[in-house]
Amino acid sequence: MSDHHNETFISKYIFSLDHKMIAKQFLITGMFMGIVGMLMSLLFRLQLSNPGESFAVLEWFLGEKWAPGGVLDPNMYLALVTMHGTILIFWVLTAGLTGTFANFLIPLQIGARDMASGFMNMLSYWFFFVATVVLLCSLFVETGPASAGWTIYPPLSALPEAIPGSGLGQDLWLIAMTLFIVSSLLGGLNYIVTILNLRTKGMSMTRLPLVMWALFIVAILGVLSFPVLLSASLLLVFDRTFGTSFYLSDIVIAGEALHHTGGSPILFEHLFWFLGHPEVYIILLPALGIVSEVISVNSRKPIFGYKAMVISLMAIAFLSFIVWGHHMFITGMDPFLGSVFTFTTLLIAIPSAVKVFNYLATLWRGSIRFTPAMLFAIGFVSTFITGGLTGIVLGDSALDINVHDTYFVVGHFHIVMGLSAIYGMFAGVYHWFPKMYGKMMNKRLGYIHFWVTFISAYGVFFPMHFLGLAGLPRRYYSNTAFPMFEGLTNINEIITFFAIIGGLVQILFIFNFYYSIFWGTKANKNPWGSTTLEWTTPIERIHGNWPGEIPTVKRWAYDYSKPGYDEDFVPQTEPIKEGEKEH
Amino acid sequence: MNIKLKNATYKQMLWIGMASITLFFAGLTSAVIVRSSESGWQEISMPKSFWLSTIAIILGSLLLVTSKRIVKKGKNPSDLIFLTFVCGVIFAVCQFKGWSELVDQGKFFVGEGSSPASSFLYVITFAHLLHVVGGLISVFITYTKSVNLKYSRENYLGIELTSIYWHFLDILWLYLFAFLLYII
Repeated sequence: MSDHHNETFISKYIFSLDHKMIAKQFLITGMFMGIVGMLMSLLFRLQLSNPGESFAVLEWFLGEKWAPGGVLDPNMYLALVTMHGTILIFWVLTAGLTGTFANFLIPLQIGARDMASGFMNMLSYWFFFVATVVLLCSLFVETGPASAGWTIYPPLSALPEAIPGSGLGQDLWLIAMTLFIVSSLLGGLNYIVTILNLRTKGMSMTRLPLVMWALFIVAILGVLSFPVLLSASLLLVFDRTFGTSFYLSDIVIAGEALHHTGGSPILFEHLFWFLGHPEVYIILLPALGIVSEVISVNSRKPIFGYKAMVISLMAIAFLSFIVWGHHMFITGMDPFLGSVFTFTTLLIAIPSAVKVFNYLATLWRGSIRFTPAMLFAIGFVSTFITGGLTGIVLGDSALDINVHDTYFVVGHFHIVMGLSAIYGMFAGVYHWFPKMYGKMMNKRLGYIHFWVTFISAYGVFFPMHFLGLAGLPRRYYSNTAFPMFEGLTNINEIITFFAIIGGLVQILFIFNFYYSIFWGTKANKNPWGSTTLEWTTPIERIHGNWPGEIPTVKRWAYDYSKPGYDEDFVPQTEPIKEGEKEH
Repeated sequence: MNIKLKNATYKQMLWIGMASITLFFAGLTSAVIVRSSESGWQEISMPKSFWLSTIAIILGSLLLVTSKRIVKKGKNPSDLIFLTFVCGVIFAVCQFKGWSELVDQGKFFVGEGSSPASSFLYVITFAHLLHVVGGLISVFITYTKSVNLKYSRENYLGIELTSIYWHFLDILWLYLFAFLLYII
C-alpha cells in the first residue's frame, strides 16, 4: 500500500517527510547558494583583473564600508574568496548535489516508499537550512564574514584579533559548519541504511544503478570523514574561545607576545585534510554516478564495465583517505613521507582512468541523443580528463612544490572538481526534471546554457594554469603589486570576461528551471526511455511513490538496445525471457 | 516496515553512528600522536580515579549483558538496568574527580599551567563523557520502559541498542585510557 495521506501546506512544502520534496528543498537552497557564491566570485574577479579600479557595481553590492569609492576593500576580498569556496564546496556541491539526488533518487531507484527515517531526513534539511541562515548572517556582521580561506587554517582562524574576518564572522562560520556536519551525518546515515535495507524484491546490490552505488559510497565517505573535521573544529573553537594552544604557538601581535605555547598549526592541516580530501570525492562521486546513468540512457547502450565502475568507485573512495598529505607537501614534510603520498595520490589515476575509459566505451558507436543532460555529461568527461591530467602534476611532490599555492592549483581543482561536479549536477537536473516536476525543460535554452557555460568555463580556468606556471600566487589581493606579474594583467582580463559571460548565462538556466516548472510542456511518464524504476512511478507526486504494490525488479538497470526486444530499452521490471542471458 | 526490518535498520544506524564517533576520536587521538612527536611535549601522570571509572563502565557493560539474557528468558531486567545507570553516574563522578586530581597536580585545561598534553587530556576525556551522558539518557529511557513492561522475550530492541552503545562506550574508553596512559 502507498503511504500517501492528506497533506497540509506546511506538511507538504515546509516540514515535509517526503523524500522527493526534501530533495527539491535541497536543490532550491543549493541553487540559491550557487547564485550567491558565483556572484561573490564575479565581484572579486573585477578586482583581480582591474586591481584598485573603481566599479559602481562593487559599491552597490558591498556598500561604502567594504567598497569605498567602488574599490574592493582588501579584507572584503579575502572574505569573498573564503565565502565563495565555502559556499560552493559545502553548500552547493555537497548538500546541493548529494542532498538533492540522494534524497530524490534513492527510494525511487531502489523501489522504496521513502527513506528509512523520514523524520531524520527532514531534520537533515532543516539543520542545513539553519546552517545556511547562519552563514548568510555572517555576511552582515560589522567585521565582515570569515576570511581565513575555506580551509580555515590557523592562526588566521584561531586568533579572533588576527584580521577583521577572524572575529565574529569566523565564529558564525564555525557554527554554520557544525550545523552542516550534523545535517550531513543525519542524511548520510539515512542513505546508507535505506540502500541496505529497503531495496525492493529482486533489487540485489549488483542490479543497483551506478548512481545508487555512487551515493551509497559517498554517504559512507561522509559519515567517516566529517567527524574528523568536527574534532578539528572543536580544538579550533577551544583555541579561539578558551585560549588553549592546540594550533597556536609563540605568536606576537603588535609587538606583544601572546601566551600561546606549544601548539602546531600543521596539526590542523593534517586533521583538516583528512576530511578535506575525501570531501573532494564526496563532491565528485555523485556526479560520476549521475553521468553514468545519463551517458548510458542517451547512448542507448548498456554502461560499459559495470563491475569495473563499481570497483573503481570503491577504489577512489578508499584511496581518498590516504592521500591527504599531497595538500601539505610544502609544510616541511619528510621527503620520504612526501613520496608515499605521491604514490598513493598517483594510484587514484588508475580507477579514474577506468571510469573515463568506460564512459568513452559506452559512447562508442552508441545511438547518441544529444539532450542538454547528455551534453553536460559529456562535458563532465571532458573536464574530468583535463582537470585530472593536471592532478598528476600536483600529486607529484617534486612538481607540486613549484606551483603550490599558485593559480595552477586554482585552475586544476576548479576544472576537475568544481566544473565536473557542477556539470554532473546540471546533467542530473536536466535529466530528472521531468520526474521532479512532471514537465520538460526547454531544450533550446538548455543547449545555449551548455555551450556558453562550457566555453566560458574553459575560458576562465584554462588560462589560470599559465598564470600559475608564471608563478602568480593565489589569494593575493592585487596582482599588480609586484612588477614581475604586471605582464599577466591581460590574461586576468580575459578570465574575468569569461567569468562574467559564464555567470550571466546561468540566469538562462534559472529562468528555464522556473519557467518550465509552471509553463513547461507536460512530460510523459518515461520521456528518455529509461530502464530504471523511478520512471515507473505516476507523474503526479504521491507520498509513497507507487499507488499499489512496489514493482519487483527482474534484471539489471542497463538493458538498452538489447537484441530480441522491439523497443531499445527493457525496464528493470520486465522478466527475463527464457533462454535470455541477464547481461 | 516490518519489525525484523525495523530492528535491522535501527541496529545498522547505530553501528554507522558508532563508526562516525570512532572517527571523531580517531581524529583527536591521531592529533595527539602528531603533536606529541614534536618538541615541548610534557608527560602527565594519569589520575587514579580514572582506574575506578574504568571499573564502573565495565561493570555497566556486564550488567547490560545480563539484562539482555534475562529479558530473553521472559523476565524483567529493570533492576539490573537501574544498576547500569548507577554505574554510569559513578563513571561520571570519577571522571570529575580525575579532573580535580589533575588540577591538584597543577595541570590545567587552559592558562598558565596548561600544556597541549593537559589540554588534550581534558578534551578527550570530556568528549567521551559527553557520549556517556548520551548513553545514560538511553539507559534511563530503557529503564523506564522496562519498568513499564514494554519489553518481552520477542521485543527487546531498546535493551539491545542500549547495550550495544554502552559496550561501544566501554571499549572506546578502554582504548582512550590505554592510549592516554601510553602517550600522555
